[in-house]
Amino acid sequence: MAIIEQTDLTPAPPSPPEPGHDHGGHGGPGPSAALTNPKLAMWLFLASDCLFFGAFISAYLLYRGREQDGPTPRELFDIPFTSATSFILLMSSLGMVLALAAIQRGDHRRFRLWIMATALFGATFVAGQIFEFTEFSRKGLSLDTNLFGSSFFVLTGFHGAHVCMGILWLLSLWGMSTQGRLGPEKAESVEIAGLYWHFVDVVWIVIFTVIYLMPQPGT
Amino acid sequence: MTTVEKAPPVSQREVGLLRRPRATTGFASWLTTVDHKKIGILYVCTALVFFVLGGVEALLIRLQLFGPNGTVLTAGQYNQMFTMHGTTMVFLVGMPIAIGLGNYFVPLQIGARDVAFPRINMFGYWVVLLGGIFMYSSFFLGGAPDGGWFGYTPLTSAPLDSGFLPGRGPDFWTMGLILLGVGSTTSAINFIVTCINMRCPGMSLLRMPVFTWMMLVIAFLTLFAIPPVTVALTMVFFDRNFGTLFFDPAAGGDPLLYQHLFWIFGHPEVYILILPGMGIVSETLPVFSRKPLFGYAIVVFSGIAIGFLGWGVWAHHMFVTGLGPVAISAFGLATMLIAIPTGVKIFNWLGTVWGGSVRLTTSMLFSLGFIAMFTIGGLSGVMHSVVPADTQQTDTYFVVAHFHYVLFGGLILALFAGFYYWYPKVFGRMLDERMGKLNFWTMFIGFNLTFAPMHFLGLWGQPRRTYRYDEGLGWETLNQLVTVGSFIIAFSVLVFIVNAVVSKSRGQVAGDDPWDGRTLEWSISSPPPEYNFAEVPEVHSRDDFWHRKYTEDDEGRLVPLPSGGAEAHAAAGHDGHGIHLPSPSYFPLVTALGLPILGYAAVFQNVWIALLGAVVLLYGIYAWAIEPAD
Amino acid sequence: MTKRSWRRRVLLPVVGILSLAVLVAGCGPDNSQNSLQPAGEEARKIDDLFMFVVVIAAFIGVFVVAGTVYAAIRFRARPGRDDRPKQTHGNTVLEVGWTLLPAVILAVVAVPTISLIFDLNEPKKPDAVEIIAVGKQWWWQFEYPAQDGEPRVITANELHVPVGREVFMKLRACDPSLPGECNVIHSFWVPELNGKRDVMPGRQNTLSFTAEKEGVYFGQCAEYCGLSHANMRFRVIVQSEDEYADWLASQREGPAVTLAEAGEAGNLFAAKYACTNCHTTEDSSLSVYGPNLTHLASRSVFASGYYKLTKANLVDWILNAPSMIPMESKECRLGLGVPGVTCVGMPSYVNDTPPGQPTMTRSEAVDIADYLLSLK
Ligand code: HEA
Ligand code: HEA
Ligand code: CUA
Ligand SMILES: [Cu+2]
Repeated sequence: MAIIEQTDLTPAPPSPPEPGHDHGGHGGPGPSAALTNPKLAMWLFLASDCLFFGAFISAYLLYRGREQDGPTPRELFDIPFTSATSFILLMSSLGMVLALAAIQRGDHRRFRLWIMATALFGATFVAGQIFEFTEFSRKGLSLDTNLFGSSFFVLTGFHGAHVCMGILWLLSLWGMSTQGRLGPEKAESVEIAGLYWHFVDVVWIVIFTVIYLMPQPGT
Repeated sequence: MTTVEKAPPVSQREVGLLRRPRATTGFASWLTTVDHKKIGILYVCTALVFFVLGGVEALLIRLQLFGPNGTVLTAGQYNQMFTMHGTTMVFLVGMPIAIGLGNYFVPLQIGARDVAFPRINMFGYWVVLLGGIFMYSSFFLGGAPDGGWFGYTPLTSAPLDSGFLPGRGPDFWTMGLILLGVGSTTSAINFIVTCINMRCPGMSLLRMPVFTWMMLVIAFLTLFAIPPVTVALTMVFFDRNFGTLFFDPAAGGDPLLYQHLFWIFGHPEVYILILPGMGIVSETLPVFSRKPLFGYAIVVFSGIAIGFLGWGVWAHHMFVTGLGPVAISAFGLATMLIAIPTGVKIFNWLGTVWGGSVRLTTSMLFSLGFIAMFTIGGLSGVMHSVVPADTQQTDTYFVVAHFHYVLFGGLILALFAGFYYWYPKVFGRMLDERMGKLNFWTMFIGFNLTFAPMHFLGLWGQPRRTYRYDEGLGWETLNQLVTVGSFIIAFSVLVFIVNAVVSKSRGQVAGDDPWDGRTLEWSISSPPPEYNFAEVPEVHSRDDFWHRKYTEDDEGRLVPLPSGGAEAHAAAGHDGHGIHLPSPSYFPLVTALGLPILGYAAVFQNVWIALLGAVVLLYGIYAWAIEPAD
Repeated sequence: MTKRSWRRRVLLPVVGILSLAVLVAGCGPDNSQNSLQPAGEEARKIDDLFMFVVVIAAFIGVFVVAGTVYAAIRFRARPGRDDRPKQTHGNTVLEVGWTLLPAVILAVVAVPTISLIFDLNEPKKPDAVEIIAVGKQWWWQFEYPAQDGEPRVITANELHVPVGREVFMKLRACDPSLPGECNVIHSFWVPELNGKRDVMPGRQNTLSFTAEKEGVYFGQCAEYCGLSHANMRFRVIVQSEDEYADWLASQREGPAVTLAEAGEAGNLFAAKYACTNCHTTEDSSLSVYGPNLTHLASRSVFASGYYKLTKANLVDWILNAPSMIPMESKECRLGLGVPGVTCVGMPSYVNDTPPGQPTMTRSEAVDIADYLLSLK
């Protein structure tokens, strides 16, 4: 989805528009925009996505402590471990910032370094999540065990899917850079990928707080 | 003559397996176009096909209910009919027609050459079409959806082998609606960015035509309403297929969670359906009264207010679920409040007509019909908000009467007003007015015959969603009347279709400005050139085009200006040479094609189909990403 | 055209039609299911409030509709009429006025609305009759709780209540007697006695009503609940205190004829056709999968009121229940190859009997029916 967002807007015509021959459809002479089309679109998408996670989080909160049988969160959570992977995800946002700064300077080597680091941090987080999921299921928690299983796996699973999409996106930016297709005029597409990536990060902070840090019911 | 520079060298490159399409006419051009006007036409035509499908479903419902113990449909078929009827009318008719008209006219009304994201625009259309086909294919693949258009759990969420509902219907329903949600979200983003960033010079927000304003409002509503329902549908799908327990009461799951999530979407959704209609009549009434919209600002702000208030009333669909007296009092009050901004609009429309020079064209008749019929529907809505009364009305034909008065009497009548108003602009020829009058009067009479008696049926105890009723309950006569009415509506729709088809080639040539219009779309030729505006206009006031034609004397009376109007303006422009337009593309279609394939994979839990879908989707996205945007 | 003739030509018909409509609404059919003919205290209060709102709405409706028609005709463009109308852009006083006026009207509506919401929500009165209704697919089970050492009573489809006394319904979709058995949402509605209240799985809703007149009132499931939602009806039999007490006492008694006493019919019922898997005829305090039949013959209808309780109907039903609800059962016979779609719940004992299961003869069915009809 996000890639689609980003490509339509390539504001760069091969040659600067001649006076009077304005560029059809794109960046027409409108009221000067505070946000370019693609960036505005990304913000809107993220606003919508907020509600998507918001609804899942509400469901999780509603069902907290309602598990009838099967393991409970308290028996399963390994807070230090999850904190560590969460920290790695947070650090990836730093990588994203550095990558963006690099591409804006036109420094492709640094850009590739940092974008790859960001993707790898993200992948580490996903790996941690997969490990956690297998661990939980080994201890007897799956989607159909109890309401905790259902709401936990679906919420964190959808977040994981968002991270995976982000990783793919970062990798394709990396690929474009290696092929020299990521000129300076495309720095904005990196910025947009960054918006998405930071958003996914921030959402995780909320999810992590809600699921792991809030005192479990009954404690 | 007009030539449009179509293909800069870079876009002739082949991308992936597909050669860059270049046709601007013919069948292929409709598959690959990124022209917002063509996409608009596609949306409206597609939605009209679905309107006939949904209408035929309604007619079958009516045949079954003509008398007691009807034998036209089995119970299961009946359940599929009303579910698909409601789902079709809401998601495949109401929303796409509005999006289609918006697609065509929002850029024209704000003086833009296209929408912000032409290819995403096309993608959204394909997703809606394919999503609709996906849902309808369920008829041949094990049973259509039969859980009602709001699909309450646990009826819909119980796994297939629970036996609560036969067949795969709810799986198709949840997946189909998730798909359509993707389509609506993309077009919502597109509309917002277009309205915010693409307005022509001088087109400040408070100069935007009301129709465009309402499209902007519903774009925001769509953006925030779709996620909750997507989540609800996802949970239902997981419950049915992957063993989650979200709505399994035996495991502690709460069916009310579903209802909250659905109606947090569902109520804003009904305003998504009506606001474009209100936008349309805010265009037609001034034009056909030759007066400006009475109280433009307050009409716009009340539209926004309706949008906001719409978020705080969802539980009025849940008055009898046992929420407790405090909650239902609050929601009842909040619901009543919406009557205030809506009433403001009604009275301002009347104020517009009042003292005007009213031309009773077909479009105007539909607009006036809208005011009257929507008001009746709104008033029965207020009766619903009187909570104790609603405990008698809910889930009866009284509700069915309410929402058809607002949906048909509101939305559909307004859309027809829009069709008659804008058809000349789109096709360059007028719709026939004599057939139009026939269309209006049969529809108006048929509509009232169909839906007015339902108020009484509901109060007399007839519940909705029942495939039969006993003899001797005193409902026979009115039900017969209703069925007769529904066929009169069908006749009038038929008249419209004939009119639209015949007029396209034989209608009276329209000229650029047949109605003496007020907004920018009337300043250009009919049909508009591909690039819309040879020269991007600069506006100096609300209804700028009108003010090029007329001024007011000291008493506020109209005075025509000697020069002005479309001709004069077009002459000043140039021939459009050198305007660069985005090139067509296959990839919105390819990408969109991946989604229903993934949908089938989910419904039939087949890994291979899933793989195929993923490949198509990823290929589409990849090729799209590397294809130059223009 | 003069003003006066306009009034006659436009306003009069509109007002006429509307008052006719209100009149029709006021009467309506005498069908025991008409919310405009309340026979209970709660329904009457609701009706009064509703009628109050209808009158207000009718005024607004007539005003807007007539205003629209009037404006359209009065200001229509005519040859010879100036088509350069005065350009009014708005009028702040008017606009504020028609914002405030609806607000005031709504306040007038809101006050009695809120007060009735709380009024209808009054806690249970001490002398109220408490009854548990369980929504099943697609019939109602009614449970009169144990009292003063007497066992509870389980019955179906016919709800007996005393006149003039509050009846306090506890509504359930999960049968408390059958753990883990939860049904879908249904809605309990007897229009002439009170509004409806949903039966929510996993929750318990309550609803009280006070019947004012003896008689039979129709109830109907009002929440779509699957194939036979239309047939999920029931009746409320409002009796005098004495009749009600007699009825309840008779329901508490043991069966008129025990299975053992029933001889061959008992054997067919219990052993050969295993009807006892779902029903009981021995104990009116048992909640089982199907309707409790211990006092079947004391009811006037069966199958959620679809059929009168006559021998002929009962025999046909026993033989081949799935064919007895025409348009529903077609679906069941087609079956769509889906397991578990039970439709009426009863199997057919003559068609498509599963392998190993005996086919019932008509005379066997008559025997069973005779036995059931002896269960007064
Ligand atoms: C276009 C769609 C549309 C619109 C615009 C509305 C508008 C309104 N609706 Fe409606 N509604 C539906 C579509 C719509 N509805 C649908 C589809 C359902 C059923 C869903 C289902 O169950 O399947 C439904 C159901 C529904 C219910 C739930 C009923 C139930 O199931 O029990 C309620 C309850 O309050 C309600 C209320 C209202 C109100 C108060 C308005 C208000 O916005 C109306 C405001 C307008 C006016 C009031 C008229 C003009 C005003 C004046 C002239 C001013 C003076 C008026 C007064 C002072 C009163 N609606
Ligand atoms: C925009 C929304 C919309 C529109 C326009 C309509 C239009 C119509 N609806 Fe609608 N209806 C809904 C939205 C809508 N409905 C919804 C949301 C529900 C709730 C569903 C649910 O409970 O889940 C519903 C439910 C509903 C019911 C209740 C079913 C039930 O509860 O059991 C009924 C019953 O009469 C009904 C009837 C009709 C009729 C007769 C029309 C007519 O106006 C249709 C007119 C159109 C046509 C007739 C098409 C024209 C056809 C041709 C030109 C072809 C000619 C062919 C032949 C003559 C064979 N509808
Ligand atoms: Cu039970 Cu409808
Ligand atoms: Cu609503």
